[in-house]
Amino acid sequence: MSPFPGSIFAPGFFASGPVHLALGVGALVAVVAGAVGVFTVMRGQSFAGEAFGDLGTTGGAGAYLVGIGPLWGFVVGNVIAAGAMEAIGIQRARGRDLATGIVLGAGIGLAALFLYLDTTQHNTTGAVVTILFGSVFAISSSTLPLILLLSAVVLAITLTLYRPLLLSSVSAEMAAARGIPVRVVGAVYLLALALAAALAAITIGTILSTALLVGPAASALRLTRRPLTALLTAAGIGVATMWLGILLAYDSYEWPPTGRGWPVSFFVVTLVFLIYLLSGVPEAARRRRPGRPRGAPRDARAMTPG
Amino acid sequence: MSPHDPPASGDILVVDGVDVYLSGRKVLDGVTFEIAPGEFTGLIGSNGAGKTTLFRVILGLQAASAGRVIVAGGQLSRRHRAIGYVPQKFMLDPDVPLRARDLVGLGIDAQRLGVPRPSRRRRALIEEMLDAVDATGFADTRVGRLSGGEQQRVLIAHALIARPRLLLLDEPLANLDLRSAHEVVSLLGRIAHEQEIAVLISAHEINPLLPVMDRIVYLAEGRAVSGTTAEVVRADVLSKLYGHHVDVLDVHGRVLIVAGAGEDSDLIGHEGVFPGAGIRA
Repeated sequence: MSPFPGSIFAPGFFASGPVHLALGVGALVAVVAGAVGVFTVMRGQSFAGEAFGDLGTTGGAGAYLVGIGPLWGFVVGNVIAAGAMEAIGIQRARGRDLATGIVLGAGIGLAALFLYLDTTQHNTTGAVVTILFGSVFAISSSTLPLILLLSAVVLAITLTLYRPLLLSSVSAEMAAARGIPVRVVGAVYLLALALAAALAAITIGTILSTALLVGPAASALRLTRRPLTALLTAAGIGVATMWLGILLAYDSYEWPPTGRGWPVSFFVVTLVFLIYLLSGVPEAARRRRPGRPRGAPRDARAMTPG
Repeated sequence: MSPHDPPASGDILVVDGVDVYLSGRKVLDGVTFEIAPGEFTGLIGSNGAGKTTLFRVILGLQAASAGRVIVAGGQLSRRHRAIGYVPQKFMLDPDVPLRARDLVGLGIDAQRLGVPRPSRRRRALIEEMLDAVDATGFADTRVGRLSGGEQQRVLIAHALIARPRLLLLDEPLANLDLRSAHEVVSLLGRIAHEQEIAVLISAHEINPLLPVMDRIVYLAEGRAVSGTTAEVVRADVLSKLYGHHVDVLDVHGRVLIVAGAGEDSDLIGHEGVFPGAGIRA
């Protein structure tokens, strides 16, 4: 790679309006997803996060059918899904995956119908690709107010519920014994997760949104022992991958086949994965050192978060 | 409403004629006992005797169909502040980013909203509590990576930091090796007597608790008898409680409770009968 910034930052990168919007929205969404994602991984609700991503497809495809913005579709679809999961019994540890799976199956069936109608009635496949894999460059500035509002709501929920949520995630019994309404806290958190997944879907697509939720959080868990630092680290990793992904995608217009840049989502998700692999290095190095200090891992489970 | 006398004033916990039905089965049947401040009480019973249910009733998480529970003389809403609770099952993934000191800190104010603001007072309080349970050596280790005995001590600090008047511990000695169990018991005995905190600890085995126990609540078939060890751990009392003949044997300072006769005989709580369990310390 050339040492000159001019060739890393391709001409026009900082002057482009869509790039500015992508950098801003991408960073905001990455912060939200990272903060929420730490609790998702801690609570073992990665499957629910994944389900919200997939169910966003249903909402997005439905939104396209009726001619409204995809983000509205993601939000409405995910909130309905969260309500259904709550009703079926996601709060019981044993029924959690079952509730998620049942709602996921029903939702994806609906997505199949909507996507079929989208392609046959509107005679386009572009919408399908955008819904599934997203494009942070394609976000319209008219969506910005809604993105800002949703991000503020999700961050407010996460930070307001921080303490009760943390203790409920550690032990529902201990939280309940302190008078914390564990069920309500869990339901409000599920709503935050649903909205965060919708935000992630608008940037990197419904199918990949879970990568932004879970990936940076899982890496952060390996890098820090403190809960609040984990939230900040996950947010930081998310922003870094998002920005680097946008930069590489912009540069890729010069790559073969020239003139048609590579998808941003590909770069973001690949970077998330690479950072997850790298985040295991400090731990592995510590383990190899003889005379491990107190607190070093005692079993191999330490390598597989979430 | 209740056939029992009104509670003596000053008791930190009054359990009065409590009945609980779970899916149609009577799990607790007229359970009655009191605990005074600073008293160390063992709640003894085999698995399924109703110990955890009784704890849930005391915590206000399970409604009783008859009887009442009074904690610190107050109402249910104030109960949470008066009770510190250490649950039976505590499983935390080793990756969860939560150091021992973070969990102890959550004991101060986990029910409040927002992110805790660091302060010198807060840090000093946490440090003091970690020191009190001898956990400073692993204060910065992730809770999920501590041994069972270390986790118990951190959970006790978490429960104690809010200065409760009653500490409930559900089977804290299960899954602990003999030495850790002994350490936890003597720690709790010290806390009870020095800080005037009443301790109610459930166990299926009586011997580890003998050195520090002021009173015993013996639970069997949903019914309870309470009193000093000498009053309760007797063949006639326990036979009446179980509804069939029970022998109480003293074997070199350890108590063995044997139910039935001949081929049906069974050591009650035999899982806990191990050499040295009855250390008189």
